[in-house]
Amino acid sequence: MRLEPREHTPLAARLLAPVAAVAAALALCALLVAWTGAPVLRAYGLLLEGAAGSRFALTETLTRATPLILTGLAAAVAFRAKLWNIGAEGQLYMGALAAVVLGGGMLDLPTWLLLPTVMMAGAAAGGATLLGPAVLKVRFGVDEVVTTLLLNFIVLLLVSMLLEGALKDPMGMGWPQSAPVVEAAELPKLVERTRLHTGLLVALGLSALLWLIDTRTIWGYENRAVGANPRAAAFAGMPVTRVMLRTALLSGGLAGLAGVIEVCGLKGYLTLDLSPGFGYSGIVVAMLAQLHPVGVVGAAVFIAGIFVGADAMSRAMPVPNYIADVLVATSLLCMLVAGLLTRYRLRRG
Amino acid sequence: MTSPPIVLRLSGITKRFGPLVANESISLTLHKGEVLALLGENGAGKTTLMNILFGHYVADEGGIEAFGQPLPPGSPRAALAAGIGMVHQHFTLADNLSVLDNIAVGTESLWRPRSDRAAAKAKLLDLARRFGLEVRPDALVGDLSVGERQRAEILKALYRDARVLILDEPTAVLTPQESASLFDTLRRLTADGLAVVFISHKMNEVFAASDTVAVLRGGRLVATRKTAETDREELAELMVGRALKPPSPTPLEPGEPVLTLSGVTVASGHGRPLLDGVDLTVRRRQIVGIAGVSGNGQTALAELVSGLIHPDSGTMALKGEAIGNAEPAEMVRRGVARIPEDRHAAGLVGAMAVWENLIAERYHDPAFQRFGLIRRAAARAYAEEVIEAFDVRCPGPDARTQLLSGGNMQKLILGRTLAHGPDLILASQPTRGLDVGAVSYVHGRLLEARAAGAGVLLISEDLDEILALADGITVAYHGRLTPVLPHGRVSVRQLGLLMAGHWEILPEIVDAA
Repeated sequence: MRLEPREHTPLAARLLAPVAAVAAALALCALLVAWTGAPVLRAYGLLLEGAAGSRFALTETLTRATPLILTGLAAAVAFRAKLWNIGAEGQLYMGALAAVVLGGGMLDLPTWLLLPTVMMAGAAAGGATLLGPAVLKVRFGVDEVVTTLLLNFIVLLLVSMLLEGALKDPMGMGWPQSAPVVEAAELPKLVERTRLHTGLLVALGLSALLWLIDTRTIWGYENRAVGANPRAAAFAGMPVTRVMLRTALLSGGLAGLAGVIEVCGLKGYLTLDLSPGFGYSGIVVAMLAQLHPVGVVGAAVFIAGIFVGADAMSRAMPVPNYIADVLVATSLLCMLVAGLLTRYRLRRG
Repeated sequence: MTSPPIVLRLSGITKRFGPLVANESISLTLHKGEVLALLGENGAGKTTLMNILFGHYVADEGGIEAFGQPLPPGSPRAALAAGIGMVHQHFTLADNLSVLDNIAVGTESLWRPRSDRAAAKAKLLDLARRFGLEVRPDALVGDLSVGERQRAEILKALYRDARVLILDEPTAVLTPQESASLFDTLRRLTADGLAVVFISHKMNEVFAASDTVAVLRGGRLVATRKTAETDREELAELMVGRALKPPSPTPLEPGEPVLTLSGVTVASGHGRPLLDGVDLTVRRRQIVGIAGVSGNGQTALAELVSGLIHPDSGTMALKGEAIGNAEPAEMVRRGVARIPEDRHAAGLVGAMAVWENLIAERYHDPAFQRFGLIRRAAARAYAEEVIEAFDVRCPGPDARTQLLSGGNMQKLILGRTLAHGPDLILASQPTRGLDVGAVSYVHGRLLEARAAGAGVLLISEDLDEILALADGITVAYHGRLTPVLPHGRVSVRQLGLLMAGHWEILPEIVDAA
């Protein structure tokens, strides 16, 4: 068997690829589910019901999807420029840190002013976190996969230090958590008596905005050219370094915003378990969406649904909710294969 | 007289890449002691055929027999075992290993505790002596000249007891003198009973070296001739399917200088500089051709005039105006049309649409953007015009660029750069890999621009191209350029000597001119 490149990928194949990948992942994981002795179809049925079977389930899934859309966009914009940002997790925490510092009572501003300020500051903090590795990459060729990945641990340790020290909530009964943000810095609820907040609208708006920038502006035009062929872009006279740094600020900013929105929309304060790996899951989201800013929304909702649904399923059946992690990871692997098959065809011989 | 035994038989080889038929039921035989030239234009399917023979590709139909035994498809290992050796156009030697190590690598079991270098070296030197392939076994390949590397490649095949040798465009990187010595080697090989297939698109080589010539056109074998029983005209017509008309530039009076380089040096970071004190003037209505074996500073010169690199010392002036470290965008603004050496890697973004590539050098122009928003309708309309004016064959401005053929990609680049009446044209290997039709189109456009008042700097490894187009010729060697020699005052033999670094003959040429 060998691979030969396709001259042309039909649109249907590109749209079908994620669906096929998810189906393959579900089929593979069915073996694991069956191994626990649970009936496979009923388990998947419960998973679906837990993810989307009721008003509550649906709002929970969308709540979970909100930060994933933002980290997914962060990964998508970076990966399109071939900037391999594995550090969205750390950038998210930097954004959250900015949110609790500025939103914790330091600034006394009305909501309409305070919220945008906190969001900008969080995005700036996230962007600055990625700017360092990006500068090292364009100036000295330092591998950003290594630097961004390792920065995650540095940021987590920094957050841990601050939560045990300067930022520790005096009213927190000794737990390592920050003081809550003031009421003026809270994002309004989207649906009453659920956890779903208006951060979702911010995420959806940004997804649409990025798509417009990508297709309609010379900014997006430069980004796409530099991402697809930096040598040709430089030859034509495009500012390749500037595009890379700009992309780093944007990607880190989106991840930082995810941190702000988790703090201001959902948790209210910062702890070390603010993010159950949203930064890393964002990579899976972006890959499933084939790096398309609008596709990210669908992929994020899917992944969020798996996590939320698996929780519900594990409560009713002897299938541990770790199956969600396995499902997501398997989906990513299947997506890589599916992506390969849209670009190449298998030939016998 | 009985003909010598058949060593290789290809029957009905067909290979398709998607809709493209690269080889269509090709049948060939090769006899012991024979040199077969595989002649054809770029894209005629020569290299594909040899890659099938050597097992890099698997044919869709047809089979191969070597020395009477069927050759299993898709296995270079099997091809080697059957005594077939291949010397690729792009050498497959490791720069950081010695010649001996390069040749011996892969011939010994990995499980042997130590290799028998003395025996290997003795065998290598014996082969080198028998076939007149002079090499230094202990030199690092990275330090060798191109000609020496090629000899090492040939020895590598012989070391593995090849009885059939395939050479893919062996002379593309050689000076005329080095080519002659290669042909001498081929004669010694065949005298020893080897059979040789060599791929070429140059007519004179076919007559210099081959016994039989097989002509490929559009993936089909159109004719096989005894070399002694055919002539250039017949082969040329077979090759292109119609009579050739070489370009005939009318002499023009050169105008004022558009490009002036004075003492330009570009350091390489290690050892010899890429450009070493280069002086060069290109005037309006003049084509200056840079001849030379690849790797003698041509790439650096092209990058310099493209704005990608800058002189470490010396100055560059455009239209008499000194420019500092101008970036590519600045060069475009100053009226330089740049045709890059590698159109896939540096010229075009394959994943983007044709219209997006056409505006790539001037997307800041208010015609194409307002407040940072792309004026897509205007850009598409502009693209339609250029596609029409430059005869780019594509489904439309929205087609993805990588689906275009090489010739159409080059027309796209010509359209992008020449549509704006440039003062200076940098044409770097402008016809490499193009078919005859596209070549004559590109040449026509360059001559047209010259007539319209542009100066052209033509960098080409194809001496015939330079001889056909250039008003003045300069030779690049080790990062230096000879003075511009008027066309017609310098012979091919002299150019060959200059390309090989024999600059001591310069005075006699300059005096004669």
